[in-house]
Amino acid sequence: MDKQVLLSIKGLRIEGRSGDAWHEIVKGVDLTLHKGEVLGLIGESGAGKSTLGLAAMGFARDGCRISGGTIDFDGIDLRTAPEASRRGLRGKRIAYVAQSAAASFNPAHKLIDQYCEGPVVHGVLPREKAEADAVELYRRMRLPNPEEIGFRYPHQVSGGQLQRAMTAMAMSCRPDLIIFDEPTTALDVTTQIEVLAAIRDIVRQFGTAAIYITHDLAVVAQMADRIKVLLRGDEVEEADTRSMLAAPREEYTRSLWAVRSFARADQPPATGTPVVSVRNVTAGYGSVDILKDISFDIHARRTVAVVGESGSGKSTAARVITGLLPPREGGVLFNGKPLPASFKARSRDELRQCQMIYQMADTALNPKLRLRELIGRPAEMYLALKGRALEARIRDLLALIELEPDIYIDRLPSELSGGQKQRIGIARALAAEPQLIICDEVTSALDQIVQEGILKLLDRLQAEFNLAYMFITHDLATVKSIADEVVVMQLGKVVERGPKAALFADPQQDYTNLLLSSVPEMDPDWLNRLLAARGGLA
Amino acid sequence: MTLIYSFVIGLALFFALAWVSRLGMHAAAPSRNKPTFRDMPLTASFGMAVILIYVLVSVLAPIIAPFGEGEVVGKQYLPWSAPYYLGTDKLGRDMLTRLIYGARNTVGIAFATTALAFFIGSVLGIWAALVGGWLDQALSRIVDALMAIPSLIFQLLLLTIFGTSVLTLILVIAAVDATRVYRLARSVAQGIVVMDYIEAARLRGEGNWRLIRREILPNAMAPLVAEFGLRFCFVFLAISALSFLGLGIKPPTADWGSMVRDNATLITFGDITPLLPAGAIALLTVAVNFVVDWQLHRASGLKE
Repeated sequence: MDKQVLLSIKGLRIEGRSGDAWHEIVKGVDLTLHKGEVLGLIGESGAGKSTLGLAAMGFARDGCRISGGTIDFDGIDLRTAPEASRRGLRGKRIAYVAQSAAASFNPAHKLIDQYCEGPVVHGVLPREKAEADAVELYRRMRLPNPEEIGFRYPHQVSGGQLQRAMTAMAMSCRPDLIIFDEPTTALDVTTQIEVLAAIRDIVRQFGTAAIYITHDLAVVAQMADRIKVLLRGDEVEEADTRSMLAAPREEYTRSLWAVRSFARADQPPATGTPVVSVRNVTAGYGSVDILKDISFDIHARRTVAVVGESGSGKSTAARVITGLLPPREGGVLFNGKPLPASFKARSRDELRQCQMIYQMADTALNPKLRLRELIGRPAEMYLALKGRALEARIRDLLALIELEPDIYIDRLPSELSGGQKQRIGIARALAAEPQLIICDEVTSALDQIVQEGILKLLDRLQAEFNLAYMFITHDLATVKSIADEVVVMQLGKVVERGPKAALFADPQQDYTNLLLSSVPEMDPDWLNRLLAARGGLA
Repeated sequence: MTLIYSFVIGLALFFALAWVSRLGMHAAAPSRNKPTFRDMPLTASFGMAVILIYVLVSVLAPIIAPFGEGEVVGKQYLPWSAPYYLGTDKLGRDMLTRLIYGARNTVGIAFATTALAFFIGSVLGIWAALVGGWLDQALSRIVDALMAIPSLIFQLLLLTIFGTSVLTLILVIAAVDATRVYRLARSVAQGIVVMDYIEAARLRGEGNWRLIRREILPNAMAPLVAEFGLRFCFVFLAISALSFLGLGIKPPTADWGSMVRDNATLITFGDITPLLPAGAIALLTVAVNFVVDWQLHRASGLKE
């Protein structure tokens, strides 16, 4: 590269405190960023991506400290520079875009007031000019009504718009460097496209250098010129995006690539009475209908994926099946027999047949109960197991989910990792020996490698116990790997349903097509091609 | 000079008691709980030791006490000397004996009252949060109405209606205190009942009693325990106040609160005897709060 170096980090070490001991989070990482270049940082959670991103501003979070190495930003040593001069850089020459725009905006101030704060405080522009500039940037970020949107409060605009407004805000002083920390992770695929395209264009237009932090490879492939892979605070490898995608050198990088390759074999079409059939259900809260006349079936040993954007009614459909939300019209058949609408009216055996696994294992497991009771309780309750038989059953279940019974049986949920917690959620569902398990976004809070482990486990258990799965997700990559049938939902209606292969190969509806084409692919030209094909946007 | 000496001796006693009790509890604990006691702060082990001593004294009162509880053994207001180590009171009863029996009555009643108040208050509070709807409305409005009446006046009223015996005393103070506990328990439980694990337990078909006992109560313990320490001390005050008004513990039953009042005149003569029962209350209050603080620290995960 003949370009001028903007940021140069050498041998950076950052320590975090747990209890009285300090342990290293970032273990001697080098990083070089040239002017106008976009560097992608990827890795699992705990790899030190965000910590490294913040260190590029000379900042360490509470409980962390920079313990070694140098951070050189355009000739200024950020480690030794006084706090006042670092503060002068932040927002003006280095800006930061956080993962959750909704949590990062101050809900009490209008967007444009928050926009103008940076330029005015740093003395770059007076207030009137900053406002005019904001409208210009909102237009470039392709926000609707750029003249007016700034005068709204954060809760009055959608998540994707908020994320773009935040990027515009980061641009307000025309910084040399922007750090994007997972800016699209919390967004739906369809919204993600718009934000990605907007961010990429604006970064190119102004020639801004950027560090783009994400765990999603396909996203970073669209955004970055170079990619750096991190694992537990260490660099695994770094290369140009195209060469890394074509030929990753390290085993770990290849394993990241391979995650999305898990796919189960096609199953023959199911026959016989479905385990669950949802018949013309209309349901909602208050006077609002969230679900409008939806129907679908789930057969034994089959996985039906229910996909759609947030707000499309996926989780509400699950609440109708479990009986938490009695439908206004229609009903649910279980093995051909109608189920009582409310779970309170269902018999213990009817409750046992339908179990649920939640998205957030943290809130789905009682933090004060040991695994013995968490898993044992359904077995004790439904199957009347006691004493030795119960103990043996709990141990069997732990072995099934690949956790060593002797080590884990008396632990509390807080003593487990995220993936292990989700496995306990699975064991608790299995303990009831159900016919149907509803998986509500069970993998969305997990890293890709952990996700793959959970998906494989679910797949194995299904074959072993003849389970039917209803798999609610917004992640189409997961659908591709685990589903037999797909139900596409939009605004409370079933838009399309059918076997996975047929639906993916030849979607009949525009919405399905839009959803499918919005899933990022591991091809650096994918976004360009997509935007060109859709026209208008680019 | 004496002040400094007694301060040093007091400090030494505190450390000695705390150390010994920590070592003792560590040795006696089952192996799974050993780390809990090893990391216990000295204040907590001191508190535990003091509480243990109070419990022993109240259980063994008839054995330890040199005389009978209401027995007149000598002249009025005798000075500290054998066999009346702490002198006698205004009727000529042995102070040490009455102090020992007072532990039994005052601490026993205060503990029973607080425990009952917490049982009623937290079960009803969590139940209201769990079921919601009209039940919550009905219970909460009743509690609001009860809380609108000043507690001392309300207790006096109830005691006048139901008569003054130890049992009615316990029930009346517990009933009034339970309204405060109800408020706390309900608000804490409202944050817990919306969690997914409660939904999962409901879908499993668990009954309300089990939901309250196993799923919600363990997660609501931290604030409830903190409140327990505070309420326990307030109950002492309430009993003393009622005794002062002649509606609490009836003579000749020994009670620390009334012992202070009965012998208060001695202070005018520079005799500290009436302060001993007051000191006993203070020491127990401090000890209970030491233990509660420690439990709170552990429960809230602030130990890091």
